Amino acid sequence: MSLLKYESQQREPLVDGDKNYHQVTEDIIGPIELKPTRLWYIGFWISVALLLFGVYSIYREVTYGIGQWNLNKTIGWGWDITNFVWWVGIGHAGTLISAILLLFRQGWRTGVNRAAEAMTIFAVMCAGQFPIWHMGRVWMAFFVLPYANTRGPLWVNFNSPLLWDVFAISTYFTVSLLFWYSGLLPDFATVRDRAKTKLRKLLYGIAAFGWTGSTKHWQRHESLSLVLAGLSTPLVLSVHTIVSFDFATSVIPGWHTTIFPPYFVAGAIFSGFAMVQTLLIVVRKVMNLQDYITMGHIEAMNKVIVLTGSIVGCAYLTELFIGAYYSQNLYEMYVFQENRANIFSPYGWSYWLMMFCNVVSPQLFWSRKLRRNIAVTFFMSIIVNIGMWYERFVIIVTSVYRDFLPSSWSTYYSPSIYEIGFYLGTFGLFFTCFFLFAKYFPVIALAEIKSILKTSGENYKAKMTDIERADAEKFYIEEVEHAH
Amino acid sequence: MAGGIKKFVVGSFDDEAVLFPAVKNVRKAGYKIHDVYTPFPVHGLDHAMGIRETSLHTAGFIYAITGTTTALTFISWVFTKDWPLNIGGKPHFALPAWIPITFELTVLFSAVGMVLTFCYLCNLAPFVKKHHFHPRATDDLFVMAIECSDKTDDNEVQNFLQNAGAKEINVQVAETGWWIGRYDKEQKLYRDEPGY
Repeated sequence: MSLLKYESQQREPLVDGDKNYHQVTEDIIGPIELKPTRLWYIGFWISVALLLFGVYSIYREVTYGIGQWNLNKTIGWGWDITNFVWWVGIGHAGTLISAILLLFRQGWRTGVNRAAEAMTIFAVMCAGQFPIWHMGRVWMAFFVLPYANTRGPLWVNFNSPLLWDVFAISTYFTVSLLFWYSGLLPDFATVRDRAKTKLRKLLYGIAAFGWTGSTKHWQRHESLSLVLAGLSTPLVLSVHTIVSFDFATSVIPGWHTTIFPPYFVAGAIFSGFAMVQTLLIVVRKVMNLQDYITMGHIEAMNKVIVLTGSIVGCAYLTELFIGAYYSQNLYEMYVFQENRANIFSPYGWSYWLMMFCNVVSPQLFWSRKLRRNIAVTFFMSIIVNIGMWYERFVIIVTSVYRDFLPSSWSTYYSPSIYEIGFYLGTFGLFFTCFFLFAKYFPVIALAEIKSILKTSGENYKAKMTDIERADAEKFYIEEVEHAH
Repeated sequence: MAGGIKKFVVGSFDDEAVLFPAVKNVRKAGYKIHDVYTPFPVHGLDHAMGIRETSLHTAGFIYAITGTTTALTFISWVFTKDWPLNIGGKPHFALPAWIPITFELTVLFSAVGMVLTFCYLCNLAPFVKKHHFHPRATDDLFVMAIECSDKTDDNEVQNFLQNAGAKEINVQVAETGWWIGRYDKEQKLYRDEPGY
């Protein structure tokens, strides 16, 4: 029983159809207990193939060195740091949904949080690959850890944003994983208790940690979720802030701006929600979860997209104004006026592509009709993801390809096949994980859906109409009339 | 660890609105509720059962300040005592630059510590097995287990639960607590095991 007796009829139901608690379990756990479909196998093996190509690309890079990538002295950060920032950004939506919306008590979070958090974890796993393999001599990657070593001990530089990144990303991954898994425990227990086969009983029995559903355990679980949400909220803001420090604390024109932290965070949430849309529109269709991930959910996420997209747009224009005019700094102005805004410059096209994808196109979502259109939403989510990838590409490449010494300008940079392969490989990793998740994990937070079912389920809401009307009349007679 | 073998009267409810008054009445009648198992967190049930508030968040705060202190003392020791680096003649004690790592460690310590404490308090770990009074307690039933002493008349308790609105009632002899086990193997009570 929720604290609310009923929810306003003005609000759309969060769970459609005639459901009871058992039906919710059937709908969400049912697909786990079936054999994977043909489509699943096809998707899964395509992802594995991509992953293997990525592994081969990394093998080339480790064996022959960073020269396998088309980076050069001027463009030292190209595709791989672009991809790193892009993947980390994508992760942010999951935490926003599960943590910030929990603190804001947004009920619609319950339908999408599990999948979004899974996406966060997989995206951060992909992101982590890039800085690690970019080290070149990857067998020395542990040098980034502050441990008592035989070199003095020579410690890491705690004042360096790159080290902050190490701490930020690893903390973010750990906390997201813990938050996600603690939420999964009760749902694994549901799968375990329904299991018919021995293997499933064994594996889900291990995964559920012996969860019983005891009232005291639930009380602690609630407290844990709330505090973890409270911790994740500043954490998620800090992570992309720190990623932006990688650029902002340097003195490269185009990077050296104080607007970066909020601008990066808004962009991260923007791209993350686009990715959630891409994934969930497919998942709800394939797994028949339209009753749980409703049009209302999709619309709510589109509202976040138009909000964060507009924040990002505002940041782009502010940055352009400061960089191209207000700074009155020759180098800064050159980057903005020539390298970026001039569409005929070597990378000018990427700047305008970014502007179009991230600023212009999300404005379509001011229309309620388009927000509630599946095809438009899916198409837009892809556009936004492309746009946000280009944002990072623009920031990185257009700032460095013409440096302070014109003789070392490098106006031509295109990725090698192994650079592209590495990126495709992280797609492989991401989708391999996501396919496994969608098949073997409860994709929707079962217990959370059940806890909102009686206030926000369609069939329950329909029954509440009379109570609500009677209550309103009673209020009118007792309170309002007396007052007059 | 297994907490001994006891007898329970178990009543399963299918509606939380029936469960609440039942919990109140059972407590008023003086029976001892061992636990109520629910498929989702039922708000207010802990108060109805008279369970005290959890202090898990306090533990979380303590872990958090442990993280803060660890980060600050360690970094300042490294940069002012153990290996002071001259970075452009800037101060060795560069507090603003340490804020990001200090913050991250605060969050990390708090989150990891709280989750471990949570698992410890609730006896949750891989390969931990417990007695489940009803398999549908994680699906759609709210399962109340009433502990019987030697003096309790279980027929009386069963009737009581019947009147309180329980859909399914039975008597179970079970071990409380936890033990190391697998869920694909049937549970045996300690006294049925050879060598007991």
